[in-house]
Amino acid sequence: MKNRINKILCYIVLIVLSIMCIFSFYLLIVNSTRAHSQIQKGFSFALGNFFGANLKNVLSNGELPVVKGIINSLTVSSLTAVLASYFSVLTAFAIHSYNFRLKRIAFTFIMMIMMIPPQVTALGFVRWMAKLGLIDSLVPLFLPSVASPIVFYFMLSYMQSNLPKAMIEAARIDGASEFRIFNQIVIPVMKPAIAVQAIFTFVGAWNNYFIPSLIIRSAEKKTLPILVAQLRSADYLKFDMGQVYMLVFLAIIPIIIVYILLSKYIVRGVAVGSVKE
Amino acid sequence: MNTSKNKKYKSISYAKWGYIFLIPFFTIYILTNFIPLISTIYYSFFENYMSGLKQIGPNFVAFENYKSILFDSDLPKYAYNTLYIWLLGFIPQITISMLLAIWFTNIRLNLKFTSFFKTVIYMPNLIMAAAFAMLFWALFSDIGPINNLMVSLGLEPYRFLAEIKGTRGLVALMNFLMWFGNTTILLMAGIMGIDSSIFEAAQIDGASSWQTFWHVTLPSIKPILVYVLLTSLIGGIQMFDVPQILTDGSGGPDRTSMTMIMFLNKHLFSKNYGMAGAICVILLIVTAILSFTIYNNITEKDTYTKSKELKMKGGKNEK
Repeated sequence: MKNRINKILCYIVLIVLSIMCIFSFYLLIVNSTRAHSQIQKGFSFALGNFFGANLKNVLSNGELPVVKGIINSLTVSSLTAVLASYFSVLTAFAIHSYNFRLKRIAFTFIMMIMMIPPQVTALGFVRWMAKLGLIDSLVPLFLPSVASPIVFYFMLSYMQSNLPKAMIEAARIDGASEFRIFNQIVIPVMKPAIAVQAIFTFVGAWNNYFIPSLIIRSAEKKTLPILVAQLRSADYLKFDMGQVYMLVFLAIIPIIIVYILLSKYIVRGVAVGSVKE
Repeated sequence: MNTSKNKKYKSISYAKWGYIFLIPFFTIYILTNFIPLISTIYYSFFENYMSGLKQIGPNFVAFENYKSILFDSDLPKYAYNTLYIWLLGFIPQITISMLLAIWFTNIRLNLKFTSFFKTVIYMPNLIMAAAFAMLFWALFSDIGPINNLMVSLGLEPYRFLAEIKGTRGLVALMNFLMWFGNTTILLMAGIMGIDSSIFEAAQIDGASSWQTFWHVTLPSIKPILVYVLLTSLIGGIQMFDVPQILTDGSGGPDRTSMTMIMFLNKHLFSKNYGMAGAICVILLIVTAILSFTIYNNITEKDTYTKSKELKMKGGKNEK
């Protein structure tokens, strides 16, 4: 009986939280299908039929290169996810599986720099990129992710409980090279962790607005967050709210696709992490 | 003799690979982080800004930038704003996430549809912060859908973005919504990683849910808790996108939702490199101190054992 009341309480909390999460996105979908005049008139739960018109308007908006923005954002985010997860596993593997003199120092150093947010080096970063001629380039947006201490820390924690050293020893006895051990044994074992971190880093790059807004200058290099911000600071009275909702809609769709593709992977990854040896 | 020599050779040749595999990380770190870090600190000691069209400096001024940013600017006020908004979002975030993680992993409770709920609550984390803020701005504006809804329900309209509580509350709400699902999944991973025989043993010993949580779950997931706390704190100090887009960079009303990074952003755009450098270095120091304090507090063994003993006694008294 007590368990049952507890259960009902749990469900109520879960449903309230779910509604909180979905509600704003539901309104987004509704309003992206309505014309500016309809949106101004008031609130509605029902879908309109201006989705196509809004989409056409925002894609052909001369001041907002939305198509290029999507391509730029996808490029930067994918490269970030690949670089961050691959090289973080590599770094974690070096610390986890080898004994060398500078190991403790290297580990302590990475843990120390984990505390440093990229924002606090923004000034030096922007000026240094300017010196390297990388202002208005996409390279500074993804290259730093090769050194991602937080991803490294996650990979190392996962490795410590899921990568038995005996496995590596066995591969060595079979004559596998260290590179091959890494690519053909370590990477597959780390897949659940890679899936989780690839999503986190992809989202991180996709969300990233601060550094890109300082690096990117020209319209055709702009990523989506910069375009969203540009629309926010545009003249309020000239706003077509249908277009505003549509741009926001476009900014979240690729993410939701990635999520649908990989969410099972996350759940499975979490489950695999709990399997005892 | 021969075999031991071979072993020695082998261990040396493997050590080499440790270094080789660290090369990419450290090369890129030095190129994209370390040089910027050092130069940020360097710039902070120089007077270097634009006065109209005239370039002032760079002149070496030692700690002058720090003096003026700490005592003659609004940085302390913005630090308070940032911390206030972060806590307003983080306290419900860690509480709800811990609760959900325990519910989802509790076999006795046996909740259904957990993967659906997990999918839903994690979703906001994937939404671009800038787009999310833009959405909230549109929804909560004076003539937006939320106010329409409130009026049609017979409530007074509320000008969210003209009120201090409204704006800070919205930023905190967005931070909460974006991060509690993520935190829940991380904590769940931690709880599921605990050897289930420990839970079984606790159950056989007649431990209550609260005792099990306090003596088994919490100590076991401490590393992940540290991780969550650290990354959230670092994220809080970095808070920028949401308030920047929501208030269009003004930090309104009356700069009560202006965060430290928004202030930094203003100096970067006005090319006041000396001041920007000083803000960066101050944030760096504050972040480091806070992180180490939390890290040490949680991992301190003495405090932990003491509190464990106390709680054990308390538990006995209750019986």
